[in-house]
Amino acid sequence: MSLLQTIDVVKRFGGLIAVNKINFSIEQGTIASIIGPNGAGKTTFFNSLTGIYKPEEGQILFNGQSLIGLRPDQVSTRGISRTFQNIRLFGNMTVIENIIVGMHTQLKQGATDALFRTKKFHEEEKEAENRASQLMEYVGLKNVGNQLARNLPYGAQRRIEIARAIAANPTLLLLDEPTAGMNPNETADAIKLFRHIRDDKGITILLIEHDMRVVMGISEHISVMDYGEKIAEGTPKDIRNNQRVIEAYLGREAAKLRD
Amino acid sequence: MKQFTSNPFYKFILFPIGQMLVFILGASLALSLFIILLAFLFRSNVTDFDLVERTLLILPQVLINGITIGFVYATIALGYTMVYGVLEFINFSHSEIFMVGGIVGVELMAYFDHTGALQTMNQYVVIGLAILLGMVISGSLAVTIERIAYKPLRGAPRLVPLISAIGMSFFLQDAVRLILSLTTGEFNVILPNFGTFDEFLILAVPGIENPLRFQIKSILLVGVTVIMLVGLNYLVNGTKVGKAIRAVAQDRPSASLMGINVNLIISITFLIGGALGGAAGVLFAIKATRLDPFVGFFPGLKAFTAAVLGGIGNLTGALLGGLILGLLESFGASYLSIFTNGAFGAEYKDILAFAILIIVLIIRPSGLLGQTVAQKA
Repeated sequence: MSLLQTIDVVKRFGGLIAVNKINFSIEQGTIASIIGPNGAGKTTFFNSLTGIYKPEEGQILFNGQSLIGLRPDQVSTRGISRTFQNIRLFGNMTVIENIIVGMHTQLKQGATDALFRTKKFHEEEKEAENRASQLMEYVGLKNVGNQLARNLPYGAQRRIEIARAIAANPTLLLLDEPTAGMNPNETADAIKLFRHIRDDKGITILLIEHDMRVVMGISEHISVMDYGEKIAEGTPKDIRNNQRVIEAYLGREAAKLRD
Repeated sequence: MKQFTSNPFYKFILFPIGQMLVFILGASLALSLFIILLAFLFRSNVTDFDLVERTLLILPQVLINGITIGFVYATIALGYTMVYGVLEFINFSHSEIFMVGGIVGVELMAYFDHTGALQTMNQYVVIGLAILLGMVISGSLAVTIERIAYKPLRGAPRLVPLISAIGMSFFLQDAVRLILSLTTGEFNVILPNFGTFDEFLILAVPGIENPLRFQIKSILLVGVTVIMLVGLNYLVNGTKVGKAIRAVAQDRPSASLMGINVNLIISITFLIGGALGGAAGVLFAIKATRLDPFVGFFPGLKAFTAAVLGGIGNLTGALLGGLILGLLESFGASYLSIFTNGAFGAEYKDILAFAILIIVLIIRPSGLLGQTVAQKA
């Protein structure tokens, strides 16, 4: 059984059909990508998965259970975490605090624990802080725990966003253009990090990406979207030679010239 | 040093109290120096008494009064600023939540008076119970208002919930008036006379001619508000719920994707803000001794002003704004008539306070401690 499966998912904005009957599935433990030109509906599809948008039609099954109608926080509790195209860290919090917010669903402290600062509260707080610093080092950052997130350089912020997302112990990690704006070195490091997260923690990864080097280098399975529809899917090799994909990216005339 | 600053006792008790002291001393010192300077400048204009001497004579009492009322404003202002932080809208019914807290507290004390328990019970236990009841009722009222009047309007243009809040404010005023008229035939509630709250604690300070006089109710008021402010600081900065509140305030969609139940956090924010407002209402009632359903308007408006003055959305700013506004008001009430030879009476104190507010906002539109918030992506 697939980890995540969507059946005929449709999302409309007025007359515009942003996501049109998408059938998609991802197997446990793989790294898959969704690619497509700007405005193809990739991010809308992500938002439909995470409960930000409610699809008009279709079914979304995660571990065999429907996600339709759940709020984003409930989807997150089921084990899906994500990052954003434009970084959305809590800028006025420290790096450690950002990562601890990511653990929100796992912390058990109640009102009485907090009020009396019980032993349990102390231990949990200490443990959360330790785990947060471990995660910070896991994504390759050192000694920035007490800095405000907004003061860090762009690449580091991307890494913190990933640390915050895996802090929730997800089974599926959605990355929305995780290497956008990175230089080639940073991109290479990021690819290594994604692979490491999958191999080490067994987290299934689905990413939206524009950078073809990233997509072809990392994905085991690629789906291509254009104008809200899925026009192709397969291994990187299949996609590279697929006529419809080339047309979608280059335009029909240019594709002809290329031949 | 780092070890020390991360110690919870320092972080959640010493630091906020130290911050309050700095604000109190700073604002008091600045205003005192200003008024003494003015006194020296205008000394020659006044012939029938020595202006400098008169200024210095009443200065300590003016400061004490200003700080007391400043803490009331700060406590109410926190309710405005917390709700603004998470929802970016001004909860204009907060002044009525404050009023309801005060009336409920006084009614409880009147009930104790009626049953005769008031004279036998410890006065501080009575006050404690009244504050607790005021907090519970006001807090739940605030949560209910949010559910009924604001939640359905989330996502509507920003003016719509604002109008709803103003409507709620009028509705509550008249609803309380109706309930009071139906049950007691009278819509003024008067604090029963009990305890030693009207007495003064007299502290003789060497070097100052008049001894300092602290009214017991003022000490009580400042003490209770300081405890609540320290508690709030701990809640917001030291607990999981506090982190969730800050996360929702900074970026609601991201917070919900972290597994935070946004609606629950918004309700909790209203609960805390309402409870603080209710406690402030009871404390205000002890000081004012007489309340009616319309009593919330002016303190509410001034607390809102204090929140804006300090930088709305910023908790520390609300504290600073409240103290400054309270001090300004107290200075205006005491010195306006002295300096203008009686041309302006104490009733013009608000003009002074609001004129300064306007000047501050012209220079710093985001308030004293406010930051220009980067546009949310």
